[in-house]
Amino acid sequence: LWDRSLPARFPRLPSAAAESGAAGPCGRRAYVPPGERKRFYQNVSISQGEGGFEINLDHRKLKTPQAKLFTVPSEALAIAVATEWDSQKDTIKFYTMHLTTLCNTALDNPTQRNKTQLIRAAVKFLETDTLCYRVEEPPALAELQKNEWDPVVDWAEKRYNVTIGSSTSILGPNIPASTKETFSSHLASYNMWALQGIEFVITQLKSLILSMGLIDRHITVEKAVLLSRLEEEYQIRRWGKVEWAHDYDLCELRARTAAGTLFVHLCSESSTVKHKLLQD
Amino acid sequence: MAALGAPLRTLRALLRELRYAAGRHYRDSPAYRHVLAAFRAHRVTSEKLCRAQQELHFQAATYLCLLRSVREHEALHREYHGKGERSPEEVAGLVGFRLPQQPGGKG
Repeated sequence: LWDRSLPARFPRLPSAAAESGAAGPCGRRAYVPPGERKRFYQNVSISQGEGGFEINLDHRKLKTPQAKLFTVPSEALAIAVATEWDSQKDTIKFYTMHLTTLCNTALDNPTQRNKTQLIRAAVKFLETDTLCYRVEEPPALAELQKNEWDPVVDWAEKRYNVTIGSSTSILGPNIPASTKETFSSHLASYNMWALQGIEFVITQLKSLILSMGLIDRHITVEKAVLLSRLEEEYQIRRWGKVEWAHDYDLCELRARTAAGTLFVHLCSESSTVKHKLLQD
Repeated sequence: MAALGAPLRTLRALLRELRYAAGRHYRDSPAYRHVLAAFRAHRVTSEKLCRAQQELHFQAATYLCLLRSVREHEALHREYHGKGERSPEEVAGLVGFRLPQQPGGKG
């Protein structure tokens, strides 16, 4: 199966890519470096098993890196994962398949963390939350942070009935224990899969407050990423943008955050939609 | 709530992204059909305060962001980071040299 051979392939660097330089003026390689795998399937389809929805690549069932059967609880999530697999052209680019990676993490739990540990890791981020760390110099940036970040912090404080505050000191804000308690018990209401997604989004955005804003649909992904990268955007506006670095990082962060948010919502879906249709 | 704009705009952009991702038979792909069915189903419910409609719109906007940023990221990767190393001939050509041709191989 593809995943048994995969761990052996990943650590090898594509050092033989030098040979590909002689491929021709169009730049297309005649040979695939060992880090990538060719697309070996024609059709991607979904089927429903006992544990949930499964992905089929031709007639083979998709499995996780630890060789477990790949099952997801939600049909929409399965369709999205199937679309990821189907959109791979000649080679399979695993670094673009964020939803698949998230599902694999949820199924395998490679870091072996339980729900309490995940919640603890997530709430711990509040102490180093991006939105709470303010600068004093330059004043334009301090002003920008106040105008852009304060509304979101206020929203979070109001929504969760907590005190967060912000700080310009290097030690960061002093988060009261009751605030951490509130967030811990709120996060405990999510299932294990959704928690993996939440923790992923927090790690990407470097902010618990922004992640909660996304989960509660208060801000869009683009806005959350912008707020997370506020200082970088300020510097870009001042000094100019470098496409192969700034845009690259921006697109990657957007992709990962969008994947994480979608993953959380699809894993914690309620089925009240159908009831509404019947009532009307 | 999040500033999302018109649902129709999100739907059209999302279907366009799915077309780019899928290829030839994009209209038969499960994602295309699922998205269309979901939007049609939510059209009949009552308007502005419909929470399910807003939830769907947010999910659609998030999925759109995902597809769009993955496509742009891949394009940037191909453009700037995907070329690999240059061959010795190309490196020599950078400064205008040519590698020596030795019939017996290197000494």
